Amino acid sequence: MKPADFEFVSTMVRERSGLVLSADKTYLVESRLAPIARKDGFASIDDLISAIRVRRDAKLIDAVVDAMTTNETFFFRDKTPFDIFEQSILPELVARKRGGTIKVWCAAASTGQEPYSLAMIAEAMGPKLGGCKLEILGTDISERCLEKAKAGMYTQFEVQRGLPVQMLLKHFKKEGDAWKIDDRLKTNIRYRTMNLLDDFRALGKFDVIFCRNVLIYFDMPTKKMVLERMAQQVEGPGYLLLGAAETVLGVTDSFKPVAGSRGLYVQDPSKLGAKAAA
Amino acid sequence: MKTCLVVDDSRVIRKVARRILEDLSFRVEEAGDGSEALSFCRSSMPDAILLDWNMPVMNGIDFLRHLRADPGGDRPVVVFCTTENDISAIAQAIESGANEYIMKPFDSEIVQSKFAEVGLVAPV
Repeated sequence: MKPADFEFVSTMVRERSGLVLSADKTYLVESRLAPIARKDGFASIDDLISAIRVRRDAKLIDAVVDAMTTNETFFFRDKTPFDIFEQSILPELVARKRGGTIKVWCAAASTGQEPYSLAMIAEAMGPKLGGCKLEILGTDISERCLEKAKAGMYTQFEVQRGLPVQMLLKHFKKEGDAWKIDDRLKTNIRYRTMNLLDDFRALGKFDVIFCRNVLIYFDMPTKKMVLERMAQQVEGPGYLLLGAAETVLGVTDSFKPVAGSRGLYVQDPSKLGAKAAA
Repeated sequence: MKTCLVVDDSRVIRKVARRILEDLSFRVEEAGDGSEALSFCRSSMPDAILLDWNMPVMNGIDFLRHLRADPGGDRPVVVFCTTENDISAIAQAIESGANEYIMKPFDSEIVQSKFAEVGLVAPV
């Protein structure tokens, strides 16, 4: 792959998704673009890129951006954020909301494992939700991933990563070789294609945002921009959960870390303190 | 060091499982069927058992029921590892006293994830 072509692809991907591809990722770009070139009948990656330069074909561009984003996910990934959600966040929100709606945004929902894990937690809590209803919005830049999330069909491999067998028995049915998630869990989850670089004010306000393992792919100004706009979308004060390798520290002060809860941030801890004391 | 007994009639599967489990710091013992496994447990109870279902002489489910009825047989953590992948089979295994369930084919990631689930290894 020619350096000029790499530059062209990485600029296009960054502008459209925020994803930063450094020059040492050339092999990655090549290995992910080769199947697209093959599928669309191009003789080589060079030909694919030339075609995009000339035709600006939106479908091809989407396919390239989609191929470069990482969709790695599994049920209850990293476990800790889900324990925090169950043991700290939900009880606090249940006490605060008194039977209202708890709104959660999974900002990189990928193929749905994160929103479904949250729905499983909420269902298991039952009466402890004090009549509160959990409403989850799952967004992702990849429409292909969201289609799978909506279908709720997983491979045998996917249902064995992170999912306790009791949860498998409780929430899944076997359909041929695939495992289909219970329709009941889908009721309170909506999915929507969404690029985090775009204006997301129309999504409304949330109590909790899960934005895990996305920011690591962004450059500093993009991280800051996304986090500060997310701070505008939570209220109450609202919570933010980041991935294990991510932090707001040194990026923005619109969220503060919550002591003792790794990966958990809150929009305004002084307000939260005042509320707890009241 | 925790001991894991691998019960499977396939030598190849036992070898693959041994490599994965040794990487997870287990001392690994092997048995080729449920009856051999039961004799092993009656002389020395392992901490964990990775258990196939369909085996000659005594199958996994029958072994598990005998094990759980034995003195101290409630102690080992039992993880099924089998090609049986129907909901009813999984439910039957759990009702018979299995702690977790792996559907073959498996890899080290699945073993680690499932063993973490039942507290045998640190979370992934």
